[in-house]
This record gives sequence, C-alpha cells and structure tokens, in this order.
Amino acid sequence: MIDYRLDFPLLSRRYKKKQLIYFDNAATSPKPEVVIKAVLKYYNFQGANIRRGPNFLAEDATKSFDEARIAVANFIKAKKEEIIFTSGATAGFNFIARTWAEKNLKKGDVVALSIAEHHANIVPWLQLKKKIGIVIKYIELDENYNFSASSLAEIFKDKRLKILSLTQASNVLGYYYDLKDIIKQARSLGVLTIIDAAQSIAHKPLDVKELGADIVIFSAHKMFAPSGVGVLYLRPEILKNLEPFFGGGGMIEEVEEQSFTTTDIPFRFEAGTPNIEGVIGLGAACKYLEKISWKKIEARELEITRYLLSLLDNYPFLNLLGGRDEKKRLPLFSFSFSKIHPHDVADLLGEEAIISRSGHHCAEPLHRYLKIGASLRLSLAFYNTKEEIDSFFKAMEKIKKILS
Amino acid sequence: MNIYARNILDHYKNPRNRGVLKGATVSFKSLNSTCGDQIEIFLKMEGEIIKKINFDGHGCAISIAATSILSEALLEKKASEVLSLDLSAVQSLLGIEISARRHKCALIGLKAIQGALKKLEK
Repeated sequence: MIDYRLDFPLLSRRYKKKQLIYFDNAATSPKPEVVIKAVLKYYNFQGANIRRGPNFLAEDATKSFDEARIAVANFIKAKKEEIIFTSGATAGFNFIARTWAEKNLKKGDVVALSIAEHHANIVPWLQLKKKIGIVIKYIELDENYNFSASSLAEIFKDKRLKILSLTQASNVLGYYYDLKDIIKQARSLGVLTIIDAAQSIAHKPLDVKELGADIVIFSAHKMFAPSGVGVLYLRPEILKNLEPFFGGGGMIEEVEEQSFTTTDIPFRFEAGTPNIEGVIGLGAACKYLEKISWKKIEARELEITRYLLSLLDNYPFLNLLGGRDEKKRLPLFSFSFSKIHPHDVADLLGEEAIISRSGHHCAEPLHRYLKIGASLRLSLAFYNTKEEIDSFFKAMEKIKKILS
Repeated sequence: MNIYARNILDHYKNPRNRGVLKGATVSFKSLNSTCGDQIEIFLKMEGEIIKKINFDGHGCAISIAATSILSEALLEKKASEVLSLDLSAVQSLLGIEISARRHKCALIGLKAIQGALKKLEK
C-alpha cells in the first residue's frame, strides 16, 4: 500500500513526540510537495505579472498561469473559457448574488437552498434579501438525511422560484447528494442552478457537463492547493450575458474618462492581478489528483469510511450525525455528545496531535435544524489510514475518562 | 500546565452556583456563537456590591469552570472593580495560562457578568 501521507510535508510534523494526524481536510487540506514546488517555481524563476509585460519573464508566468487554467478546466471537464478564478468559494457565491441574481431577480422572487448549506451559500442571499426583498426558502432533509422529496416538490411548485443553490456534499453530515435529476427539473422550469462543490471536489470526480448545473463553485484550498483561490464555472449561455462585478485592470479593452469597454471572457471577470501563484498551485493539485486517479482515491476513501463506521458501535457516546450509508457519504464524520462538549474534545484531541474541528462548521441553520449546539467533526481524505482512525478511538477513550 | 487541570475539571463537573437565581437584581445572557455556548448570569446586588452570582446555560469545560470560579471569587466586589477585569484576571483565578484558541471560552462568564453590570448602569 502506498503511503500518500509522504507526499505532504505538513504530515511529517510531530507534536509532543506524536505523529500529526490530520482529520480536518474539510476546513482546509494540507498541500502536497508538488503543489508547493509549483508555487516555489513561480516565486523563484518567474515572478512576473501576467498578460502585461512584453518580456520573457512575463511570458513564462503567463504561460504557467494559462496552463493551470487548462488543467483546472480539464479536471472538471469544462472549457478553459468557462472558468473564472475568484478568491474562493465564498467570493463565487457573492459574485453570483451581486451580478446575475441582483440583475434578474425582483422583490418576492424565490431563492431555494437546502437546510444543509454552508454560510457561504446562505449569507450572500440574506444580504440580497435585505437589498431587494427576495424570498429565501429551505429544502428540508428526510430521515436518511437526503433532500426531502416532498420539500423539493413544494419548492418546485413555487411559481416565483428563480434560483436553486445547493451543496453537493454537506460539510457536517458528509452526505453526498445526487443532484442530476434535481438540476434537470430546475432547468426545465427555467430555474438557475448553482452547485456548491467545495466539499465534494477533493473526493469525487466532477464532470460539469454531466452534472448539468448552470454554475459550479469551489475553493482550491480544500483540494490540496493554496488558499485565496476559487473556481467559478459558468455555462456559456449564462456567462455571455453576465456583467462583471469588479472593475479594474486586466478586465478592460479600452478606458476613457467617462466610459470603458470590457475585454474577452473570462478575463473581463478577473479584474486586478489574480492570485497567480495560487492558481498555478491549483493546476498542480489537479494534476496530482489525476495522477493518483479517482478510482484509487474513491476506493481508499470507501475503505477508511467503512472501517470507521464499523467501529462506531463500540463507542456509543459518539452520536454520528447523518446516515451510515457508506456509498452516500464522504469520509467526513460529525459527532454530537450528550455529556461532553465538542470544544473540549477537539482541544484534547489536539494534545494527542489529532487535528479535528468543533463548532457549527459555518452551518448554523443545519445545527439548529438538528437541534444540537455544536459538533465535533473529523474530515478525512484519501491519504488517511486505518491506523490513524485507531489512534482517534484510543484518544477518545482517554478523553472521555478525563471529562466525565 | 494542562488546561484540564484538576481544579478546572472539579468546577466543570460540580459547578458552583448553577441555576436560576430567584429575586435577582439583574440577569444577562452571553453567547459564544462559534460553539453554540450560552451562559446566563444572575446577580444580586446591594448598591455597588455583588452579593450573589448564579449562572445557567451550557458550555465547554473551560467556560463552565471559569464562570463557576468567578461566581465565587467576585462576591463582595464592587461593580466598578469587576467592570475593569480582563483576561489576565480570569487567567490568574484559573491558575493557568489560557491559549488564544480558548480565550473566548474563558471569557464568556466574565462578559456575561460585566454585561449584567452595564445593564444596571443604564
């Protein structure tokens, strides 16, 4: 068995003589050496701004950046013109809310979300609600934590439904939602579909054409690439009628004292100097994952998921949120406790060099819906091992003794 | 020293002065939204002097223990004196260094007490 942990310099860190166990990939993932090297190569040998200077250095940098865009496009089966680089998934949602939505929606129009959304896919809509008076509706969950069919049907009946913005995988429940039919139905009704792939992107292959959504949004830093970069995929039909949100350098054709004209897609949506090294790092991360192959990544993740779930019955004080169907979840597990506080657990796990997260994971409405205050989240990735899971359970026994 | 030291765990497992205080002069709720924690403070005052502190709600070991310790330590203190307390005062009462990641937990009780006192001032 290949130990993929060796690819990640961070994972060789020790804390109190214990080997670091990183179970917080849903918050941000460690970066493999190939990504770090790609960023370093830009810093050490290219360093120039892109699409500006008429010299070899600028040309080298521009080439690296453009190649990265192609790598990212290939990774999600899109065309390079269909990709806009943002500063992250959050920026993507804000961009759509403030451009397409603000232009096309009127007071009383409905934006439907699921109750399992991350705040990044809630707050921009709440801001728009404040600004123009849209109505926000939530799709509830069924007993298996899937989107409730009756709740969906209810939402689709609403004549004023204009946007359906859904996560592909819950960052708390770990549930991976099959969205194809929902997207198809939305399209037939002329409803814009936005998919939050921030959690799913590092775990499952994404084919944007097959998925069929109008817009797909994700961040680089949750898929082994630098932070400060996000991807906004838009279907060409949506893209061509979209107004830029940011104005500035790099997005214009011509600027006069009282007017300006914009340049081509996608550059007109990327005003200012982009996060060049971050995008280059993202390109390297895409190639890294493709080299390992989705087949191997998915097989490994299924194996560790199955292993963790199989041991849960021995620890009844760990109440798993979400279902146990291994085929429908990411290797992401959140727990609530009846007697101990997740914050204490996460702190004490840290003392065992196990990195986890406690809180509501930027999904407060979901926690309220589930009637829990906070949860402990373990979010694994393909490189994590069964031995690390054993260490977690061993640490949990110890922590339970300390706190109760 | 470990933040889960014995006296902290003792206050966490057997919190002092927990429960609603009937006939309180003032009450105030403090939230820590990232953890979903909530502490409600009840104060009984005699003029400027705190005569009794009770608290209710839920939180992690650090927030419960810190509030429990404060509910004993701040009795007979003047409102103006308590309003000037900060993290360092809580740290010295807890007897340990609190790392930055737990500052909010350590402070939730003090903030609620100060919130109640400020409410009285108005």
